[in-house]
Amino acid sequence: MSTAVIKGSDNAAIWGPYNLIMWLAGIVFVVIMAITAIFTLMFRERPGREAQQIHGNTRLEVIWTMIPVAIVVAITVPTISTIQAQSAPPPADAMKVIAIGHQWWFEFQYPDLGISTANELHLPVDKPVHFELRSADVIHSFWVPQIAGKVDMVPGHTNFLTFTATEARPEPYLGQCAELCGFSHANMRFRVFVDAQSDFDSWSKSVAAKAVTPVSPLAKQGQEIFNRSACIGCHTVNGTAAQGKTAPDLSHVGARTTIAAGILVNNEANLTRWIHNSADVKPGSLMPPMAKSAGGALSDEEIKAVAAYLLELK
Amino acid sequence: MATIAGTLTQPASSGIWSWITTVDHKRIGALYGVTAFIFFMWGGFQALLIRTQLAVPHGVVIDAKLFNELFTMHALTMIFLAVMPLGASFTNYLLPLMVGARDVAFPRLNALSYWVFLFGGLLLTSSFFFGAPDGGWFNYAPLSSKQYSPGPGITFYAVGLLILGVSSLMAALNFATTIINMRAPGMTMMRLPVFVWMSLIISFLLILALPPLTVALLQLLFDREYGTHFFIASEGGDPILWQHLFWIFGHPEVYILILPAMGIVSEVIPVFSRKPLFGYPAIVFAGVAIAFLGWAVWSHHMFTTGMGAVPKTIFATNTMIIAIPTGVKIFNWLGTMYGGSLRLNTAMSFSIAFIALFTIGGISGVMHASPPVDMQHQDTYFVVAHIHYVLVGGAVTAIFSGIYYWFPKMTGRFLDERLGMLHFWLWFFGVNLTFFPMHYLGLLGMPRRIYTYDAGLGWGLWNMVETIGAYVLAASILVFVWNFFKAMSQPQTAPANPWDAATLEWATSSPPPEHDFDVVPVVRARDPLWHDRDHGIEPAQPTGEHIHVPPPSYYPILIAAGMTVMAMGPLSHLALTAIGAVIVVYGIWGWALEPTE
Amino acid sequence: MAQAVAHGGGHVTSTGTSNRKLMMWIFLGSECLFFGSLIATYLIFAGDVIHRGVGPFPHPVTINGEHHEGILDIPLTSTSTFVLLMSSVTMVFAVYGAQHARPKMMKLSTLATIVLGVVFLGFQAFEFATFYHEGLTLGTNLFGASFFVLTGFHGTHVAVGALYLASLLAASFRRNGLGHEAGEHMEIAGLYWHFVDIVWIVIFTIIYLIPSE
Repeated sequence: MSTAVIKGSDNAAIWGPYNLIMWLAGIVFVVIMAITAIFTLMFRERPGREAQQIHGNTRLEVIWTMIPVAIVVAITVPTISTIQAQSAPPPADAMKVIAIGHQWWFEFQYPDLGISTANELHLPVDKPVHFELRSADVIHSFWVPQIAGKVDMVPGHTNFLTFTATEARPEPYLGQCAELCGFSHANMRFRVFVDAQSDFDSWSKSVAAKAVTPVSPLAKQGQEIFNRSACIGCHTVNGTAAQGKTAPDLSHVGARTTIAAGILVNNEANLTRWIHNSADVKPGSLMPPMAKSAGGALSDEEIKAVAAYLLELK
Repeated sequence: MATIAGTLTQPASSGIWSWITTVDHKRIGALYGVTAFIFFMWGGFQALLIRTQLAVPHGVVIDAKLFNELFTMHALTMIFLAVMPLGASFTNYLLPLMVGARDVAFPRLNALSYWVFLFGGLLLTSSFFFGAPDGGWFNYAPLSSKQYSPGPGITFYAVGLLILGVSSLMAALNFATTIINMRAPGMTMMRLPVFVWMSLIISFLLILALPPLTVALLQLLFDREYGTHFFIASEGGDPILWQHLFWIFGHPEVYILILPAMGIVSEVIPVFSRKPLFGYPAIVFAGVAIAFLGWAVWSHHMFTTGMGAVPKTIFATNTMIIAIPTGVKIFNWLGTMYGGSLRLNTAMSFSIAFIALFTIGGISGVMHASPPVDMQHQDTYFVVAHIHYVLVGGAVTAIFSGIYYWFPKMTGRFLDERLGMLHFWLWFFGVNLTFFPMHYLGLLGMPRRIYTYDAGLGWGLWNMVETIGAYVLAASILVFVWNFFKAMSQPQTAPANPWDAATLEWATSSPPPEHDFDVVPVVRARDPLWHDRDHGIEPAQPTGEHIHVPPPSYYPILIAAGMTVMAMGPLSHLALTAIGAVIVVYGIWGWALEPTE
Repeated sequence: MAQAVAHGGGHVTSTGTSNRKLMMWIFLGSECLFFGSLIATYLIFAGDVIHRGVGPFPHPVTINGEHHEGILDIPLTSTSTFVLLMSSVTMVFAVYGAQHARPKMMKLSTLATIVLGVVFLGFQAFEFATFYHEGLTLGTNLFGASFFVLTGFHGTHVAVGALYLASLLAASFRRNGLGHEAGEHMEIAGLYWHFVDIVWIVIFTIIYLIPSE
C-alpha cells in the first residue's frame, strides 16, 4: 500500500509536488530544530552573563516573513499546475469504469464491455481509464495508492478520476476504502490487476460471458441449493435465475483471488466460513447468516455444496 | 461579601456549597482545570485502548464497533472536554488578573459556562452506556443518519455538542467583553499580554464559528429525529452541506485550540529568558492574521470530495498562506531566546519543546495543504501524525508549561522540579515515539479509523512502537499527577512573584485574595512589573476604598441543569425539553432579580 | 487610554459602553452567523426543489408543462411583516420612555411591542398549520425542511424576545421599577428586538419576495 511506489500516471503526477514539498519540509525541519537546540544550549544561564534586552528588529521580521513567502510560492506553483493537469478532461479513447461504493464492498461496471463485477478490478496497462465514482449508501473513498490518489464516492454526486496504470504484473495492486463508512470500513478493500492488453481482453471476454454450468456433482447440487435460497435475492449469476443487484455479482467469483472485499483468500474453507456467518468475518455485514446454527436455513453440507458451486464459477 | 481593602484574606468558606455557588473567576478556573484534566485522562485511556488494539495486525482487544466508538469519543473528549476547557481554565484564572480587573464582566455567566460544560461533558460521556457516537468526531452524513446509525449515539453527539457550544459561546462573550471593556488604567490594547490577545482572538473565533456548527447539529438532529432530509441525497439533500457547515466551524476550531497555547508560550519564554518578548507587535498581528485567514481555508478538509480545480486552488493557496504568520511567531519566540539568560526549568522546557513539536506539526500540515499530495495523505496516518503533533506536541505541551509556570500563583505552592523534569522527558520522548512513526505509516498507505490491518504490509513494527510510546505518555501523566498531589500537600509558601515575571498577575499574592488586587494597578508600559522595577516605581498603597466582590449564586448551576434536561428531550421525550425550558426560565428570572451588591 | 464612564452611572469601562450593551452587540454578531447559515441552507436547496419536481413549491412554477400553485401567501405574510415592523416602532417608544423617565410611556409601549410580537407569532402559527394541511411538512421536500427550520427558529427568537420584554415589563411594576439603569435595560432589549426584526426582513425578502427561478 506504499504511496511512494509509482505505478500509475496519477501517482506520478502527485509525486512532482510531493517530492519538492518533502525536501523543503526536511530542510525547514532541520533548520528550525537546529536553531532551537543551539539557542537552548548556547544561551543557558551562566553566572555573570546578562540577557540582552532586545525588543525586536524590523529588518529581521521582514526577512523571516519573506522566506516563508518564498517557500510557499515554491510549493504553490507546482501544486497549481498539477491540479490543472489532474482536472483535464479524459482522453477520448479512455476506457470507462463505473465504481460504486457499498457498505462494505466495491462494485465495478465496465459499461462499454458489458461487465459487472466486484472487488477485483482488471485494467489494461498503458491505457487511460476514466472512472465514474458513486456510492449506493454512505460516503466511501476509492484509493489504490500506488497507482492514483484517492477520490471520495459521495451519494448524490458523481466524482471522476482518470489515470493510466504503467506496469503490468501478476500480483495485484492493493486498494482500500479511505473514508469511514461504518463498522467494517477496515474490511472494505479491493485489488487492481494491471494486465497486458491481450490478458485484459481475455479476462474481459470471460467475465462478460454468462456463468459456466457447474461440472462436479457437488457443485451441481450447490447450484440447485443456491437457486432456491435467499442468495438470489441479492446476488447475480449471469444466465441463471439469480438476478439480485444489492450484493456483489458472483457470475465469475471462482476466478477471483479474494472474497469479502479483499480480506479473505478465495478458497473452500473461507467461502464456507463466509456463507456460514459473514458477520463473524466482517462485523456488521449486511449478508444474513446462512447456517442453521447461526439462524439461517442451510445445513453445513448444503453450505459446502454452495461453496463448491461458487468455486466452479470461473 | 465585600472585604476591607488592605487585608489579604482567603475565601471565607471552603465547603461544597461554596464551590457550587461560586462566581469567583479563580475558583471557576480551578474547577475548569481539574474537570478538564480528568476528562483528559479519560480521553487518554481511550487512546491507550485504541493503541493496544492496533499494536499488532489482526488485534483482538477491541471489536469493530467499540473501536469506532473509541476513536470518535477520544477525539470529542480531547477536543471539547479537555483542551478547550484547559484553555478556558487558564483564561478564566488569569484574564482578569492580567488586565487588572477584579473579575470577568459577568461572573455568574462565567459560572454558568462551567456548569454547562460539566453537565454537557457528562451527558456526552454517558453515551457509552447506551451506544456512543461512532461516526468519527466530524461525523459525516449520511453515515450519521438514522438509517445508517440507528442507535442513539449520533443523537447524543448532536445534543452534547449543542450544549457544549452554548457553554463555549457564553464564555467567549464574557471574555471578549472583559478584555475590551475592563482593562486597568493605562492598559492599552498594545500593552496587553500576548495571552490576553490570544484569548480575545479565540473569543471572536468562537462567537463566529459556533453558529454554523449549531446549525449543522440542529439540521442533523432534525434529519435523525424529525423527518427532514438536509443531508440525505436520495431525498434531495446533500451530504457535502454537512461537511461545509462542519468545517466552517472545524477549521477556526483548531485555531481556538492552539492560540491559547501560543499565548502561554509567549508568556513563559520571555520570563525564563529574562528579556522581553521579541517582536510583540509582529506576534499580535500574526495572531490576528491567522484568525482572519482561518476563515478562508475550511475546504482543505474536503480536497478529495470532488471539488473543482478552482476551489481547490483557492483553498490550497490560502492554507499555504497561513503558514506564514505561523512561521513569524516561531521565529519571534526563537528571537526571544536569542541572547537571553535561559533558565531551563520544567515550565521553560515544555515551552521550548512546544516550539520544536508544533513546528513539526506545522510542516506536515503544509505538506497536505497541497491537494495533489493530500490525495495520498487524506484519511491516512499522515494526517493523524499532523494533528497529534500540533495538538499533543503543541497545545497540551504548552498547557503543561503553563501549569508549571502558574502553579505557584494559583496554589501558593511549587510543583517539584525533579519530578517535573521526569514528566517532561517522558512526555517529550513519548510524543515523538508515538507520533513520529505515524508519518511513515501514512507514507506506507495505512488508512485512518481502521480497527484491524493485515500483516505483511510493513505496518506492524511501527504500530507496536507507537503503542509503546502511548504507554510512555501514560507514565509521564502519572508522574505529573503524583507531582500534583505531592505539591498540594505542601504549605503555601510561594511569594507574589517567584519567577521575577512581568505581568500583572504577579503583582498580587500567591494565591491572590478573593478580590484579586488590593489596589487596581496603574499600567505604564507593556511588561508593567519589569517597567516599574527598572524605573524604581513602588507599588501603590491601598486607599481603604470599599471593594465590591460579587456575591455567590445558585442560579448558574440550576440553569445548567435545566439546559441539560432540555438536551435530553431529543434523546427520549420532548416533554423533557419543555420541562427543562421552564427550569431555565425560572433560573433566569431568579438571576435577573437577585441582588448583586 | 482614558477611562470613560458608561451611561447610567455603572462601572467604569474602557470603551464607555456598558459591559451588558457590549455583550449584546457581540452576541448579535454570532446570531448573524446563525441565521446566515440557515438562510444559506435555504438558498442552496431553493433551486433544487424545482429541479426534483417534488412539491409543494414556494412560488407558482411550471414543471414539464404542468403548472403548480405556490404555497406561500404573500399578502398574508406581508401583513404579519408589517405587524412586526410596527412592533419595532413601539419598541423605539419604549426605549425612549425608559431613557426619559416616562414610565407610563415605557410600560404601554413595551406592552404594545409584546402584543404585536405575539400577533406576528399567531400569523406564523396559522401559516404553519395551513401549510401542514396543504401537504408541506418537514419531510416533504427540502423546501419544507429549510423553510420550517429557518422560520421556526426565527419565531423562537421572537418568542424569547417577547418573554424577555414581558419580564422587563413585570419588573417595571416593582417599587423601584427597572432602577436607575432602566434606559439601558430597555435599550439592550431594543437591540435584540430590532435585530430579530431585521432578520425577518431578510428572510421575508429571500423566501417570499424573490421568486425562485
